[in-house]
Amino acid sequence: MHVKVEQLSVNGAPCKGAEITRRRLFARITVATAGAIGAMAGIPVLGFVLAPLVRPAPSRWRSVGSVESFAIGQTVKVDFTDPSPLPWSGITAKTAAWLRRVGESEFIAFSINCRHLGCPVRWVKGAKLFMCPCHGGVYYEDGSVAAGPPPEPLARYAVRVNAGQVEIETSPIPLTTFKS
Amino acid sequence: MLKSTLTAAWRFIDDRTGASQAVGPLMKHIVPADARWWYVFGSAALCCFIMQVLTGIGLALAYVPSGGEAFQSLRYITEQAPLGSVLRGMHFFGASAMVLIAAMHMAQVYLHAAYKYPREMNWMSGVVLLLFTLGMGFTGQLLRWDANGVWSAVVGAEQAARAPLIGPFIAHAILAGDNIGGATLTRFYVLHVFVFPAFIFAGVGLHMWLVMRHGISEAPKAGQPVEPATYKRDYEARLEKTGVPFWPTAMWRDAVFSLAVVAGIIACAVAFGPPVLDKPPDPTTLNVNPAPDWYFLFYFAILSMLPANLETWVILGGPLVVILGLLALPLLSNKGERAPSRRPWAVATVVVAVTALVVLTIYGAQSPWSPQFSARPLAEQVPAIAGADGPGARVFFDKGCIYCHEISGDGGRRGPNLSRVGDRLTEDQLILRINNGGHNMPAFAGRITRDELTALVAFLKSRGTGHPSGQPDRPGLALTLPPSGRN
Repeated sequence: MHVKVEQLSVNGAPCKGAEITRRRLFARITVATAGAIGAMAGIPVLGFVLAPLVRPAPSRWRSVGSVESFAIGQTVKVDFTDPSPLPWSGITAKTAAWLRRVGESEFIAFSINCRHLGCPVRWVKGAKLFMCPCHGGVYYEDGSVAAGPPPEPLARYAVRVNAGQVEIETSPIPLTTFKS
Repeated sequence: MLKSTLTAAWRFIDDRTGASQAVGPLMKHIVPADARWWYVFGSAALCCFIMQVLTGIGLALAYVPSGGEAFQSLRYITEQAPLGSVLRGMHFFGASAMVLIAAMHMAQVYLHAAYKYPREMNWMSGVVLLLFTLGMGFTGQLLRWDANGVWSAVVGAEQAARAPLIGPFIAHAILAGDNIGGATLTRFYVLHVFVFPAFIFAGVGLHMWLVMRHGISEAPKAGQPVEPATYKRDYEARLEKTGVPFWPTAMWRDAVFSLAVVAGIIACAVAFGPPVLDKPPDPTTLNVNPAPDWYFLFYFAILSMLPANLETWVILGGPLVVILGLLALPLLSNKGERAPSRRPWAVATVVVAVTALVVLTIYGAQSPWSPQFSARPLAEQVPAIAGADGPGARVFFDKGCIYCHEISGDGGRRGPNLSRVGDRLTEDQLILRINNGGHNMPAFAGRITRDELTALVAFLKSRGTGHPSGQPDRPGLALTLPPSGRN
């Protein structure tokens, strides 16, 4: 790049070509050094912040009670612990699901999160409906949308019976994502 | 002796630091003499922010940013710590005042078109400051880390998840994982206590620098349009003739108004106390009514009214359009008349925006779109219903009809009021409506027995004037009952 001599001066006096090259070098060294400092400090920080986001979601089978403790046809709330709770999570390590025993060893587990904006739906026993307190989303007992704004049916958890215990496979909060 | 020592000490400090040399001209810079009470909002918003920093530091001394313990520490602050309740109250009402006053400041600047040349970036930096202020509001509500705080995090993540491609990634960043957990709260704590305040400090610095650089705008005069080519020269000339020093000729009004604001904040904190803590942050407690703090109720209301096919577009596009529109405003119109009397559309915009925000906020506070889970059986409420209509009234409650339909002053408002439905619909129409649902009502066929349906229809048929046991409508009743439902 051509630099006009007038642009650079020492105490008002224009400086010569060698001086310009020298200054340009210093400027570049300074900018490159600052960049290197930023990268050296920034990469570990960014890595620390972003690492948990790219780690694959672990999942665990969590026992929620013995098969006999659930009556056929009943829908009840069951609580279980997240797959990898932090030691200081306290009660926030817990998650709930709506579990229904539909046969001898057949169970359905619904996510408690409304598919509209994630608020916790409640099971209204008499009406056999799931209702959301936030924006009035309503679901039928099979989880399909009965009324209100939810764009999708309630999500379900995988359930299995293992050695007489009902087990739910933990999974992330269901996110309703972009559909054009 | 003491006085002369102090004077000598100050002279030393002032000489070596150059304090009065640096600050003096800033304080005494010349401002338009007509910059009177209209111009007090900016300094009051800054005063609120300083209050927030001070009360926030106080709260941070006792607040434990841990998913498992934050709630207990808040209970300690509220119930046991000396002046803890007042401090929390001041932080809450200070936040409310900051949002309100920043909005008033913005409305004033817009009405007086003070954003025009050369103050375009004053406006833009102000818009960014307002966004960070609202960000502080949202994260701060979440730090209350009660049941409402937990579900606010989920709702925030779900909204972010709607963004194309990066949505789920942002949602995971908000929740700090796949689920609410120990790491979620610390995310918001870091944003609220370190990141956002840093941006606000920087933004306030830029905003003030720009105020100094371009000077405070004069009160608008009709027929004195902003002409970029000559504005600065004219402004300087007018200022030289009629300007007054900011300190103390103009500043005393700022001080008086800020005093009133701070006194109001403290009075509210003492009189009303901090926002009541909801249930503990247990994600397995499902009997909760998540709702945002008042400054987001308008958005809560908008979200409830959207048709499903528009929703994603509005969640993503709405804020974006508003923010970009506000940022672009001074670029689109940076010259011409400033007086409100010559800018009727600007006045109309403010009137419409304020009215819409107020109406939506009230609507959001009532949230009639939500099932009202706090409704009680009608037979307990209205003794006349306990008799022959008892079984049907029981079904009306058991099946959850009452969560969405109001009868005789109790129940939800999501669906039509059924206090007089007996006059409107025949038995067959009632049966059809109940079985098939429709118009946003679930179909009850299969979830109601024949006997229940018969009792329910008989009960509904008796709601009206034509039936001897019908309850006369009491439209005033709902207003006289204490507000129930959402809290």
